[in-house]
Amino acid sequence: MFQFIIRRILQTIPVLIGVSIIVFSMMHLVPGDPAQVIAGEGAPQEQIDNIRERLGLNDPLPKQYLDYVTNAVQGDLGTSMRSGRDVSSEIGARFWVTVELAFYSTVLAVFVGLIVGIISATRKYSAIDTTLMLAALFGLSMPNFWLGLMLIQWFAIGIDLPSWVPFFSDTAWFSPSGWGSFSQVVLPVITLGTSSAAIIARMTRSSMLDVIGQDYIRTARAKGVKEQIVIYRHALKNALIPIVTVVGLQFGGLLGGAVLTESVFAVNGMGKLIIDSIQARDFPVVQGTILVASLLFVFVNLVVDVAYRFLNKRIDLD
Amino acid sequence: MSRSNEYIEKPQTAVRPPNPRLKSWKSVFNKLKKNKSAVVGGILIILLIIIALVGPYLTPYDPLYDQDVTNKLATPTSDHWFGTDNFGRDIFSRVIQGTGLTLMIGFFSILLGATVGVFLGIIAGYYGKRTDSIIMRIMDVLLAFPSILLALTIVTVLGGNMFNVIIAVAVSSVPIFARIVRGSTLSVKKLEYIDAMRALGASDSRIIFKHILPNITSPIIVQATLSIATAILSASGLSFLGLGAQPPTPEWGAMLSDGRNYLYNAPHVALFPGLAIVVAVLAFNLLGDGLRDAFDPKTRE
Repeated sequence: MFQFIIRRILQTIPVLIGVSIIVFSMMHLVPGDPAQVIAGEGAPQEQIDNIRERLGLNDPLPKQYLDYVTNAVQGDLGTSMRSGRDVSSEIGARFWVTVELAFYSTVLAVFVGLIVGIISATRKYSAIDTTLMLAALFGLSMPNFWLGLMLIQWFAIGIDLPSWVPFFSDTAWFSPSGWGSFSQVVLPVITLGTSSAAIIARMTRSSMLDVIGQDYIRTARAKGVKEQIVIYRHALKNALIPIVTVVGLQFGGLLGGAVLTESVFAVNGMGKLIIDSIQARDFPVVQGTILVASLLFVFVNLVVDVAYRFLNKRIDLD
Repeated sequence: MSRSNEYIEKPQTAVRPPNPRLKSWKSVFNKLKKNKSAVVGGILIILLIIIALVGPYLTPYDPLYDQDVTNKLATPTSDHWFGTDNFGRDIFSRVIQGTGLTLMIGFFSILLGATVGVFLGIIAGYYGKRTDSIIMRIMDVLLAFPSILLALTIVTVLGGNMFNVIIAVAVSSVPIFARIVRGSTLSVKKLEYIDAMRALGASDSRIIFKHILPNITSPIIVQATLSIATAILSASGLSFLGLGAQPPTPEWGAMLSDGRNYLYNAPHVALFPGLAIVVAVLAFNLLGDGLRDAFDPKTRE
């Protein structure tokens, strides 16, 4: 096990090098002179030369790359062109917002997805199963930015309710923007979590059906074990193994998917930082944020792989 | 060497036995016909294609130039079925006009991504060893970027327009095809008939394209169908962020991005382009699900 973890960690090293090369090259692949791009059009030559010197753009590319990596490892991702602050402190302020958003969304997705999946699997081909799976398919097919806009319209701007409804005169229950208080968190989390909930529901259903069809479940039933116990203790336990991987991958994916959700709800996380910086052509921040998001994603995948190994002793990853 | 190949194939063409591959396609199609989700998805896609081809000639208004400024942000009426937007343009006409754009972006980005991915995957699986590890490590790097971030990175570098969105979405779809095709190639490569072909002296490219590729088409088709759905979502997402199709192009994502500013007084501006995206994505997901069931040997006839 220990050996497996070490080997898995070593395997991520080439991936990290590749990611850093791509992120580093971004700046140089943008058409035109990066210094000119940063300084803006019509900037005096002197200022361009200044930026050139400060960013080390006169050095040969391999040296620039090594400098970039050396600095990045020490937590120095450069300076924001827009605010003049360190990129790492710009990201630091927003990192946890995005992680929180992705985490809450994953929790919601797992909760809803598991329940829906189990209900569907235990009532295979019934009307409930069909309805739930159709709903899951819709959840999967909805662009989350559109879902976000619709949720804002229905539950933040609100719809006037008829007078016979007690307590509420409209449905403006939640806040349409920002992050922090409960009313601000609800809508972004639903928006981001929906497609993952749908994926987990579908996965749970098919995984449960696979397991329920196996001999040992028939044996348990033949022994007269209660159906509840067959489903939850015997079937679900084994069905969960592939689901863990999906959940982990979803959490990682949500870190990136948060870009659109954060943009819709004006949540000040890493995703919004990327979009704002792209629009302002603030490349050091774009580079830094994408680097951090990818590292986080790689790390999550690593943890998922190890967890999978713990749960399923049968697989051999060689 | 080539003589031995001809020798095997000649009696086949002479006697004309039923082509087993054709038969399997027929059985797949028969299964598909019985699969509700495949039928619904297929019909929806055909409808969308018809709308994309014929629709632009039938729309009541020009999607760009018919700007009824006195009647802007009007709610749906019999004149304007989906209402009008902030320039007084007919949203229905714009949604119809956008159908073709969306289908084209989805189709071409996956055509490009799948072609590259299948090629890389088959090469990696067939040659193995160092070729395999180099290609798959590069794919791992591409997979290390969370979902839309890779496309976002590429669009940032290339600049935001529709052509670059196709490239960006294509690149981010390459690794999944490479992975799937590599896996299938590995399992087909082990089969005896491949050894037989090699013993007969068939060249690598002949084995790859005539004997391996035709036998791994089903996972590729399933993945391509599902990937078109994802591609439509990513592309419209990029346009929504202002990094893809630019206004006034009637692209659905870009229209949504216009609509978000009028949620308070004209929510219909954001409603209809979004519904259109849902229908298109749903159609490809349904067909993909159906295809997967039809190709799966485990499902009953």
